[in-house]
Amino acid sequence: MSLVKLSGIRKSFGSVEVLKGVDMTVREGEVVAMIGRSGSGKSTLLRSVNGLERIDAGVIEVDGECVDPGQIDLRALRLKVGMVFQQFNLFPHLSAGENVMLALKVVKRMGKADTRAAAEQALARVGLGHKFDAYPSQLSGGQQQRVAIARSLAMQPKVLLCDEITSALDPELVNEVLSVVRKLAEEGMTLILVTHEMRFAREVCDQLVFMHGGRIIEQGPPVALFDRPSTPELAQFVGMVEAR
Amino acid sequence: MAYRFDFTSLWDYAPVLVHGVATTVGLTVAGTVLGVGIGIAGAAARNSASRPLRLAVGAYVELIRNTPFLVQLFFIFFGLPSLGIRMPEWAAAVLAMVVNLGAYSTEIIRAGIDATPKGQVEAGASLGMTGPQIFRYIILGPAMGKIWPALSSQIVIVMLGSSVCSQIAAEELSFAANFIQSRNFRPFEVYFAATALYLALAVLTRWILARLGDRLFLKGAARA
Repeated sequence: MSLVKLSGIRKSFGSVEVLKGVDMTVREGEVVAMIGRSGSGKSTLLRSVNGLERIDAGVIEVDGECVDPGQIDLRALRLKVGMVFQQFNLFPHLSAGENVMLALKVVKRMGKADTRAAAEQALARVGLGHKFDAYPSQLSGGQQQRVAIARSLAMQPKVLLCDEITSALDPELVNEVLSVVRKLAEEGMTLILVTHEMRFAREVCDQLVFMHGGRIIEQGPPVALFDRPSTPELAQFVGMVEAR
Repeated sequence: MAYRFDFTSLWDYAPVLVHGVATTVGLTVAGTVLGVGIGIAGAAARNSASRPLRLAVGAYVELIRNTPFLVQLFFIFFGLPSLGIRMPEWAAAVLAMVVNLGAYSTEIIRAGIDATPKGQVEAGASLGMTGPQIFRYIILGPAMGKIWPALSSQIVIVMLGSSVCSQIAAEELSFAANFIQSRNFRPFEVYFAATALYLALAVLTRWILARLGDRLFLKGAARA
């Protein structure tokens, strides 16, 4: 049963076409990593899944919610799709708990006690139950990113998008975030990640999607793709990554 | 020097000065609350999707910022009655201050809004928040915090600028000073006192605004 279905997605920035007709399917509970060089279109594709990038052509379908380029109101889609960003994007004037509670309050219109309980639960899930009242500036990068994950999870999305969520972190903080993602994957959360953490992708993902020049040119189980790349582009990319 | 200073003669007019100070404070408070309110609405409008709205607010801001306050005041008090719009002098004074501060604060607040990282807006959008919700809950607070010192200065400028309203006989501090010196013929003493009172008011206003800013906006970043 496919949860996310992208068909014929096209997107141009000015005269540059960054997505040249992408089709992709993600089943419920599946963990998919999109890899590729910068400029290959992977971030743009990810951002189009919750409508942060308007697509020029194609259809996005998430859990029965269809969006085409003519769609103005994207909120129904966004309630099904959570997103975690490279730069965390916590609201600096709100505490960790308030960051999580804001959308529960104004979007889901939950009552005060329910909001609080849901926020506490979400923060506990990422191991930050004790940081409810801390402001983002008082948290490490890794903690901020975990709050951002909790903020998304609290909305109970069907699928969580992660856009290079460890790229802005100091190396020693990467693991605390990845272990949260790993736990979500084990709990059956549907995840689509853009990542440069190849070892993590290999260990955790069910499916790897290799993008090149605005197209998906290879996809499949990570072991197969890494060990037996069938295109020279992927072979070169794997070689580059492993040389690091 | 033959002139003999005599500040004691001011005592007889103390109630007039007090009334003047109270009126200046009243005009400033009303002008600030309504003017900043217009500034927030104006800044939101300048960021809206509607081009006619953006242009209209832009025209208002440029019109007010490029004409003298005195002329704006005269237009409201002496000009509008020709259209049948009459109001007491205090109302004209408040209206002129609101219109004036509204334009300047629109520009100031817009600068704060422009400084909001795009990612925070995206985070709000991806949580399913609407544009107005994002503006109210995510953008506005930090934006106001960033521009609060600039806005505070503008409020002090408007407070001092309210002295111009003596020209339409609004009974604020400058009006009181003019009145007293025309009676006791002690312009030095009277304007010295008025100067001191304006200075005290300005310092006090800055202090109050600084405390208010700390309470309202000093969250997160500065609390670390």
